[in-house]
Amino acid sequence: MLNTKDILETINMIKEENLDIRTITMGISLLDCISDDQKRLETKIYDKITKSAENLVSTAVELEHTYGIPIINKRVSVTPISLVGSCIGSDGYVRLAHVLEKAANELGINFIGGYGALVQKGMTKGAHALIESIPEALATTTKVCSSVNVASTKAGINMDAVKRMGEIVKETAILTKDNDSIGCAKLVIFSNIPDDNPFMAGAMHGMGENDTVINVGVSGPGVVASAIKREGFCDFSRLADTIKKTAFKITRVGQLIAYEASKRLNTPYGIIDLSLAPTPAVGDSVAHILENMGLEKCGTHGTTAALAMLNDAVKKGGVMASSHVGGLSGAFIPVSEDAGMISAAECGALTIEKLEAMTAVCSVGLDMIAVPGDTSAATISGVIADEIAIGVINNKTTAVRLIPVIGKGVGETVEFGGLLGYAPIMPLNKYSSEDFIARGGRIPAPIHSLRN
Amino acid sequence: MKAVITVIGKDTVGIISAISAECAMHGVNIIDISQSVLKEYFAMIMLVELEGLKGTFLEFQTELDKVGKEKNLDIRVMHEDIFNSMHRI
Repeated sequence: MLNTKDILETINMIKEENLDIRTITMGISLLDCISDDQKRLETKIYDKITKSAENLVSTAVELEHTYGIPIINKRVSVTPISLVGSCIGSDGYVRLAHVLEKAANELGINFIGGYGALVQKGMTKGAHALIESIPEALATTTKVCSSVNVASTKAGINMDAVKRMGEIVKETAILTKDNDSIGCAKLVIFSNIPDDNPFMAGAMHGMGENDTVINVGVSGPGVVASAIKREGFCDFSRLADTIKKTAFKITRVGQLIAYEASKRLNTPYGIIDLSLAPTPAVGDSVAHILENMGLEKCGTHGTTAALAMLNDAVKKGGVMASSHVGGLSGAFIPVSEDAGMISAAECGALTIEKLEAMTAVCSVGLDMIAVPGDTSAATISGVIADEIAIGVINNKTTAVRLIPVIGKGVGETVEFGGLLGYAPIMPLNKYSSEDFIARGGRIPAPIHSLRN
Repeated sequence: MKAVITVIGKDTVGIISAISAECAMHGVNIIDISQSVLKEYFAMIMLVELEGLKGTFLEFQTELDKVGKEKNLDIRVMHEDIFNSMHRI
């Protein structure tokens, strides 16, 4: 029989430490839907999504019951819509966003991602039209998520796109100002965007993927935090070992669910994303993991080192537990979605500059950060450019999800609700980046992109 | 398939009897029982065979849930593979 201690450990992880499967995301290619007739395109997209994922939610619920582990989100990611809609006129994109929303509602999923464009080197007419449509698309839907890849290590940084995305973030904030600019929470600007990320708002179905695929995102910051606490005062070798062992266990559950979901949905299994994804719930915080390592408050000196070690140990443990690892894989540090980050930002321990440093050693980037509503578009572009440069130079994915909350300033708080949490408005540097951003053009790819 | 039933809560008279009655009613064969202590709580663990299960897995779970609510216990039925995956290489 199974060991009693092991069984109780698993139960305790689920019951007390918020272990869950954060998402089962079905990637769906829409390339076979392309048409120059808007109506036909809309019908084909709706039919393809609703048919491919018709059993996604029921299967996830079934798996929850069978294995006794909560599966928080059921999502769909699709081929970047700029590619699918490139034959239609510029005003047709918002209608496609509405089709995605309708399909998401029909399926009963939480989010649908892929309303995006890949513009790391240049912009096609379709990509341009899609980007222009983002503010209206996000303001008139609730489940559609948008991501734009503005840079890659191979291509360099498209600074025209960075400039325009700063303005798009601002426009989205203004259009959704009655809801604390929530539209911006569904918009991510990337460098080196992964093709198989199951997490929102940046999920999209890449060009080299199967027709449909199952990607699973695991979670479990609470489990890691508790394991570190139980280990007590030990040196870093032992600490890293504890994290690795815990990450292994968490990922094995993800692997099991991914395998079963793929089998039951008759859809190929893609990857497990080994991310520690926090939620605002007590005991589900990445910041608290860092604090359990001995930092008085997340953001103080030592935080970057602690996060670097955590991120690396999670990958080492996770990669042993899964046959295919991909997506973002690492520790997420979204401010509004993490109780420890919120508290650290509120007391001034965590600043945007420190967060930027932290993003150099963990997955993703400046995530769910509320900034003053009167921040200029050029300043937002400046923040994007800095973060994207970290990704391009370090050969990794980075991203920006800033929310300029219209009508609010530093010292105030914004409440997004649910998994998106709440956040204090954080100050940005008050000096201008206007002339820098106005230059446009491309920042050339770094020398280490020439690997051939 | 085999499943693990875990019962966690304050120890009271008749827990094993109530759970085994449900198992018998649903054609579920008990293979092994052990008990332990989780923090200050009593924890009973049963390994069961669901081969002869009458009705669906969900119905069995729902019935055990009812017993759990009546007796103020946390009762879970989980496929054994979640434990195998997590703790065995």
